[in-house]
Amino acid sequence: MTEPAATTEQTSDRQAATLEFRDATKRYPGQEEPAVDGLSLEVPAGEICVLVGPSGCGKTTAMRMVNRMIDITDGDILLDGVSVRERRPAELRREIGYAIQQIGLFPHLSIADNIATVPKLLGWDKQRIASRVDELLELVSLDPGETRDRYPAQLSGGQRQRVGVARALAVDPPLMLMDEPFGAIDPINRERLQNEFLRLQQEIRKTIVFVTHDIDEAIKIGDKIAILKKGGKLAQFAPPAELLMNPQSKFVEDFVGADRCLKRLALQRVRDIDLWKAAQVRVGEPVSEARAKLDDADLPIALLTDDAGRPLGWLSEAALHGERVEHHLRSSAEPSVELDDILRDALADLLGSETQYGPVVDKAGRVAGVLSIEVIGHFLNEAPTEARTGAELVGEEA
Amino acid sequence: MTFELIAQEDGFFRDRSGEGANCVRDEGFCPDWIADNYDRYVTPFFEHVYLTVTSVAIGFVIAFALALLAHRRQWMVGPVTGLTGTLYTIPSVAFFVLLQPITGLGYTTAIVALVCYTLLIIFRNVVTGLAAVPPDAKDAARGMGLTDRQMLWKVELPLALPEILAGLRIAATTTVGLAALAFLAGAGGLGEQLDRDPEFKSNVAVAGGLAVGLAAAIDLVILTVQRVATRWQRAAA
Repeated sequence: MTEPAATTEQTSDRQAATLEFRDATKRYPGQEEPAVDGLSLEVPAGEICVLVGPSGCGKTTAMRMVNRMIDITDGDILLDGVSVRERRPAELRREIGYAIQQIGLFPHLSIADNIATVPKLLGWDKQRIASRVDELLELVSLDPGETRDRYPAQLSGGQRQRVGVARALAVDPPLMLMDEPFGAIDPINRERLQNEFLRLQQEIRKTIVFVTHDIDEAIKIGDKIAILKKGGKLAQFAPPAELLMNPQSKFVEDFVGADRCLKRLALQRVRDIDLWKAAQVRVGEPVSEARAKLDDADLPIALLTDDAGRPLGWLSEAALHGERVEHHLRSSAEPSVELDDILRDALADLLGSETQYGPVVDKAGRVAGVLSIEVIGHFLNEAPTEARTGAELVGEEA
Repeated sequence: MTFELIAQEDGFFRDRSGEGANCVRDEGFCPDWIADNYDRYVTPFFEHVYLTVTSVAIGFVIAFALALLAHRRQWMVGPVTGLTGTLYTIPSVAFFVLLQPITGLGYTTAIVALVCYTLLIIFRNVVTGLAAVPPDAKDAARGMGLTDRQMLWKVELPLALPEILAGLRIAATTTVGLAALAFLAGAGGLGEQLDRDPEFKSNVAVAGGLAVGLAAAIDLVILTVQRVATRWQRAAA
């Protein structure tokens, strides 16, 4: 994840930049508390750093200091090792993608002209601009032929948001600033845009500073999360899983929420945890063998499978009374979850079906183990294992 | 064939001969007389066009410049509005008369006064139009690296254009009306023609009609520009 993209089919020809806040401070005249107080953090190239916190914590101010929309009073911000203070603001900004919640598309310009804003400022020729516009529209899943010549008012909110991202990406900037880019989108579309965005990031591998007030979004989007508290102070800077497992203060603990265990489950897959071993038996198998398997299993009920190892149901005690195992079920194999399911969804399946456990199957449908609520509870109390980030989860699906 | 010419004091001639004689004698609306005499109105009409177009053009340049200055210096809006507002309230007749000792009789006096009347409307509309530009569009523009000047010409003015042109339309229409009094400053125009025989319905109809037609024509021209320049506003979802 931290590696700058090694893939060759990516659209970028420019490397992602590293970004460093070095004791960056913003003080407004006449205000006692600084808006941002001595913020120090490093964002490696190609990573998403989410700035999150309650309103008034200075997260947007911190982001806007990077492209000098707001000038820092003390400290420094380095872009690829060069202080932003040494750059002319307009030039600096053209190198940094900028997307905001209100999108700010120009209503009087077509979608193509909106996207072409910075390329035009940089004096690209028409041909290059036109092909770049189409390329970007495709990148954000919009049909160039249909969208190019329309005006912003003719698009839906979600489409406008995509155009906003495309416009921010126009000159392939090594750094992107995004201020609640999905904040004004309804929950269903927001989730979709977030997934699309993460998939897009797999492709473009930009360094991204992402501002949000929504901790769930931060956990989903961020490679690293910087939680800010009122007065512009950094409360904790860590990867999502670490933040959930080891909040360093009461403030962070409260901010990530009482349900942080559940949030952690959203970052793991079923395959990440130690499953129960089930006694897998088949019809016609000697009962003695089946009983031996039961002794060895983690739960006292045998799981009947077909010849291919697919679960058929939980075996009733009566099935083990003869010589051979009979087809006698006490309950069905539902719910069955897959190894690749997100742990949180798997738990929901278990809870939704009023059972304590369910067979886990692999891609071919063969039993790989048993997931139970007890297993999950045990996992959550264990020492932290390696968790993924939202981006990795989405990337694996793609 | 006999005909009678009556010379009025200021030289307005009424031909009271021919088929329309009765109509003319009755001060009525006489198509024949109009057909015979339309050439009397050509010069005044073009004087009127000249007065209107020149005044609105000069007024626009001044008011636009003032508005651009005030746009970046909000403290200027109040004083400029006050000043142009005061000019706007001066009765036009008084204005034409008051200016004469300074600028004498003629176009200059008339144009100075007419320009003054356009300032308030145009200034206010440009300022309002610029102020109404969505802040998020401006923030995005700045964030993408547009300089102040680029932002003004590429984002703010195009978005303020409907409001600016709306102001221009009001200013132009008003000026056509006010220019009818420009003859008081010795600048001719349709008003002079109207004033020569205000009792004669044919004269009033032609002079007045031309003025109204001129106002409508100018309005239509600006409206057309507005429609073409702001197609984006009518782009519906």
